[in-house]
Amino acid sequence: MRGNLQHNSGSHRMANRDFYERLSGGLGWFSIALGVAEVAAPSRVAALIGVRDEIKTRKVLRTYGLREIASGVGILSEPRPARWVWGRVGGDLLDLASLTSARHTHKTRAVVATAAVLGVTALDVMCAQQLSEDGGKHSSRRRKIVSSITVNRPPDEVYRFWTDLERLPSFMKHLESVQRTGPQTSHWKAKGPFGTTVEWDAEIVYDEPNRTIAWRSLEGSDIHNAGRVTFKEAPNGRGTIVTVELSFEPPGGPLTAHVAKLLRAVPKLQIHDDLRAFKQIMEVGEIVHSDASIFPGMHPAQPPERIPAQVH
Amino acid sequence: MRANCWMGKKDVRVEHVPDPKILNQGDAIVRITSTAICGSDLHLYNGFVPTMERGDVLGHEFMGEVVEVGRKVRNLKKGDRVVVPFPIACGACLACQRQLFSVCENSNPNASIAEAFWGHSPAGVYGYSHLLGGYAGGQAEYARVPFADVGPLKVPDDLSDEQVLFLSDIFPTGYMGAEMCNIQKGDTIAVWGCGPVGQFAIKSAYMLGAERVIAIDRFPARLRMARDKAGAETLNYEEVDVREALTEMTGGEGPDACIDAVGMEAHAPGLPYAYDRTKQALMLETDRPLALRQAILSCRNAGIVSVIGVYGGFIDKFPMGSLMNRSLTIRSGQCHVQKYMRPLLERVQAKEIDPSFVITHRMNLDEAPRGYDMFLNKTDDCIKVVLKPN
Repeated sequence: MRGNLQHNSGSHRMANRDFYERLSGGLGWFSIALGVAEVAAPSRVAALIGVRDEIKTRKVLRTYGLREIASGVGILSEPRPARWVWGRVGGDLLDLASLTSARHTHKTRAVVATAAVLGVTALDVMCAQQLSEDGGKHSSRRRKIVSSITVNRPPDEVYRFWTDLERLPSFMKHLESVQRTGPQTSHWKAKGPFGTTVEWDAEIVYDEPNRTIAWRSLEGSDIHNAGRVTFKEAPNGRGTIVTVELSFEPPGGPLTAHVAKLLRAVPKLQIHDDLRAFKQIMEVGEIVHSDASIFPGMHPAQPPERIPAQVH
Repeated sequence: MRANCWMGKKDVRVEHVPDPKILNQGDAIVRITSTAICGSDLHLYNGFVPTMERGDVLGHEFMGEVVEVGRKVRNLKKGDRVVVPFPIACGACLACQRQLFSVCENSNPNASIAEAFWGHSPAGVYGYSHLLGGYAGGQAEYARVPFADVGPLKVPDDLSDEQVLFLSDIFPTGYMGAEMCNIQKGDTIAVWGCGPVGQFAIKSAYMLGAERVIAIDRFPARLRMARDKAGAETLNYEEVDVREALTEMTGGEGPDACIDAVGMEAHAPGLPYAYDRTKQALMLETDRPLALRQAILSCRNAGIVSVIGVYGGFIDKFPMGSLMNRSLTIRSGQCHVQKYMRPLLERVQAKEIDPSFVITHRMNLDEAPRGYDMFLNKTDDCIKVVLKPN
């Protein structure tokens, strides 16, 4: 366990897949941008690609624009974007057909536009192929998060405070409860998106006092996860660097995966928020509140009418 | 209680809001006896600072009497008369231990918003956007003061509110601006902006041993104050070419250090202003660095440019080549007020300075909206407005 939380599949393959996922994201945004231009300013687009600006052309361009927007949104929001990218390939062929059959006002521009569409088609085909080949073979949903903070206290003190697991939820607002169920095991409840709760049983698999503590979830957990926290003395008495590494698979079926993809950055932010709270507890002794922070959501920075229960 | 609230661009109103309460055990509640409008409040007023919410209580320069303390407060008790520094600082983190209070690591509950804007988060500030914590401010009858053992300074009864109020921000801010210039015997210091912070920067530069201070502004009343009260030589940038004048006044070398006490809403005659104002309106830059550019280009080789005017985001056409090739040093920061309050109070007690010289207008808190308008438009030669809640 110690030292390596990377999952088994080859990291090269992962990197490759990452690249194509990012490429598909880029194609998605490109689709939306082009679509918006076609819908909003069809005459300008027609002029740009050297096609005669007629009522019929504008209608076609607007329809194609809606198609572009739909495939862009599909690519960006779908956990498995491969079929949407294939959809783009179909669209590209349609564009090419229309470009060659349209009445041209500007020959050079039409040629350039056709060449551009051919280029994009090649990218789309490459991306769609890679994504579909890879698609079923391993879970792309597994995620890894690393977050660090420096606490101005010595490592033994920080370690001792952290390992009092049942106390963590009192200041880490994304945790609901932690209960010790055995010498090495504990039951965790955390807040999921949209008011859901996720639960898991964790087993400590490595524990080196004042340095490292690592765990993994047990069978029957809502969310499979493994992670470790390290406590490293910062140079020249600058406190302790606390690093959390967590890898997990978002729970549930396609719908939650969908949401998890849209909310890609959220778990990392949550963990960093909770680390910041940990730092405040260690350094200041309590969570620091402002008039605006004691209630969720944006609201004016005015003294509160009432003090919410969790503040004291 | 009554409190001056930000309601939108160029719209502040005195509203009734709930009284502040102890939220952390290190808090104190202060009944405010004097509070002021800061030049940096005008950036909020003009809508240049993001993450303001309609209803935010404004104000970060205030003082008053402690009326309640949290369980963990040791240094203050009910009845103490205190001046409150504008940055909120915990006193326990590494930054605070190094006396870098305005970059306290624990006092901004919205640190993640600030990180998104600026990379890392500075300290929380009273009444200065949600980016800086979402703390209700001190243009009000009462304020909650977190970390009461760390920030507030007890002040002796024989000094009036007006003599000590500005220890909360503008006097230490001007002082730190001068201190960052690392002034040597014989130095000439140029100060852009003769608002209240600029006035204190001039005074402080002399305190720290400057031979000459040259102050730059366009409003005659401010230039007059800089000359008569702070002792500077002055340049009106609408009448003279500042860079030419500075070069000529310093034997061709330029000032040894330049202080930018203007910040993000600078003005200048002619095209450069139109350029930056247009870019700002189109949101292609957030801040207009007209004074900063001029300060850099004017500064003597290997000199220091000290930036205490407030900037919020991004600037354009930054003369990096001048900075690099001529070995300039740029220093800046929100003032670490807690570090300067006591020594500057001692200077006030020793009668080396009476900070009340900048005050031009005194009003009731209820008149805050009129105060903002006058301060913005320099009506009646307005330079500094002090508000009294009662």
